[in-house]
Amino acid sequence: MSQKLRIKDASFGYSPHKNVWQDINIEVNEGDCLCLLGPNGSGKTTLLNCINGTFPLNQGSISINGRNIKTYSITDLAKTIGIVFQDHTAPFPYSSLEVVRMGRTPYLGMFETPSRADTALAYSMMEMLGIAELANNSYTQISGGERQLVLIARTLCQEPEIILFDEPTSHLDFKNQAMVLRTIRKLSENGMTIVMTSHFPNHVWKIGTHVAMLGNSGIVVQGPVDDVMTEENLSETYRVEVKIYESGMDNNKVRYCEPNFV
Amino acid sequence: MEKEFIEKKLPRWKWVVMILFPLVLVVASLFLGRYVIPAKQVVQILANKFFGFNFIPTWTSSAETVVIQVRLPRAIMGGLIGAGLSMSGAAFQGMFQNPLVSPYILGVSAGASFGAAVGLVLELPALVVQGLAFGFGILAVGIAYFLAHIYKTTPILMLVLSGMVVSTFFQSMLSLIKFIADDEEKLPAITFWLMGSLGSIKVKDLAIAIIPIGLSMLVIYLVRWRLNVLSMGDKESRSLGVNNELIKAIIIIATTVITSTAVAFSGIIGWVGQVIPHFCRMIVGPDHRVLIPATLLVGAGYLILIDNFCRLLTATEIPLGILTAVIGAPVFAYLLRRTKGGWN
Repeated sequence: MSQKLRIKDASFGYSPHKNVWQDINIEVNEGDCLCLLGPNGSGKTTLLNCINGTFPLNQGSISINGRNIKTYSITDLAKTIGIVFQDHTAPFPYSSLEVVRMGRTPYLGMFETPSRADTALAYSMMEMLGIAELANNSYTQISGGERQLVLIARTLCQEPEIILFDEPTSHLDFKNQAMVLRTIRKLSENGMTIVMTSHFPNHVWKIGTHVAMLGNSGIVVQGPVDDVMTEENLSETYRVEVKIYESGMDNNKVRYCEPNFV
Repeated sequence: MEKEFIEKKLPRWKWVVMILFPLVLVVASLFLGRYVIPAKQVVQILANKFFGFNFIPTWTSSAETVVIQVRLPRAIMGGLIGAGLSMSGAAFQGMFQNPLVSPYILGVSAGASFGAAVGLVLELPALVVQGLAFGFGILAVGIAYFLAHIYKTTPILMLVLSGMVVSTFFQSMLSLIKFIADDEEKLPAITFWLMGSLGSIKVKDLAIAIIPIGLSMLVIYLVRWRLNVLSMGDKESRSLGVNNELIKAIIIIATTVITSTAVAFSGIIGWVGQVIPHFCRMIVGPDHRVLIPATLLVGAGYLILIDNFCRLLTATEIPLGILTAVIGAPVFAYLLRRTKGGWN
């Protein structure tokens, strides 16, 4: 397994003297699905934005395929990393296909418009995710979960090697959560390298291979899901007592956790 | 398994109507006017001039001048400016991610008004007045852009706010000029100039204006796909590989060249750049690949149409800027009500 993403001694702060987090070291191998957990304000989304190249690090480096992201152009970065931001609404009611097709932008010159082949690719991505019938529907009028799938399809059109997800299930009801998580798991099973932030530790057991927990100023603990997802680690990270429960038969065991707030 | 996908496309008849709209109006403008010239004579004048016919003139030479030197350049200039303002409006609305934005949002009209007022007060020649209007229009936008530029980026909100600051400043300076201007001649000249008019357009003006406006429209047309991506927001478009700063700068330069040229030749013509993109979005949808050419065609036709009303409604011409606002505001209100602010 080859190393895809390497974050080395990384620190970042919006102001030079106050770091959001520091000394972060993370390695993500091809095909891993790394979940970033941590309380509000721990800088999970900030970390994604650093990996994505939006914010430059104060110290340390981030490399993809052994090459520092600073040396990538914006276009090359977009061909390598895709990011699905939190649910948002567009100001104009583009068709869903139009939004998906925007994923081809890094492959188009400044004055170019998408070709028929780009449209076909966009449509086939929608087919793959089972949302082809939404192609002509307005992006602003589909459900939140469908919108997430459209954004995932758009990201796939970038043909990236890594996909970042920023809280892909926030604001979604159970059905939509299941739809989005199933899709992410399918991508992971097909070998896509994934880094996602989440407010739901339970999702880590469903789709994660690795987990990193962020605390006040950096990583508290990280490693494979089964090693790291313990009551002790979760309690320390979230600074509240967390209980893990198990249910189901031997070969179909489900684990879940809850804060103990009584 | 492989299923052919058919994307909803704009029906061809809509394109045909949109293309005919400005063309028909340009031709119609040649026949209409206070100076009565029989239609047959107009046709013969045009045939002689452009198609090499040799009808024996049954018309006075002033009739020929009116058709060729006055009505024709005026109609084409109206189309050019209407198209330019509408395309600029559409581009800015995409870039600012807001369908209510006007092409004057960065202060170009305030700057140009001030420049023109200075020229009029100093009784400079018309060409210099136009040059000052153009120059101060560019200067105002340049200042707004400079003020909005922080940390190597130009956030949309900063652009809007600095545009307001620059507009306010130049409007105040304009008031100052008006205050000190002599109220017998110069103040009315300034006031009239600000109302906007195509009344004094000559062939020469058209020849000057067509190059900057035409080139800038071409640029906006070429980046129309990027406008779709840009309108999703800075964060998103960057993640899709768009160099936001570069594309924003290109759009701002192109629209500013268009609007300051337009203002220099015709004064302030308001509401066209807001209403037309809005109206077009209703008939062709939000995709800028279609929207941009649609605003070009509809905007051109619209301004020629309004200018014809200006020429014909009353014995003395109504300034164009008044009519575009008087018609534009209620039309905009109607569109807002009809789309309920949602543009869906």
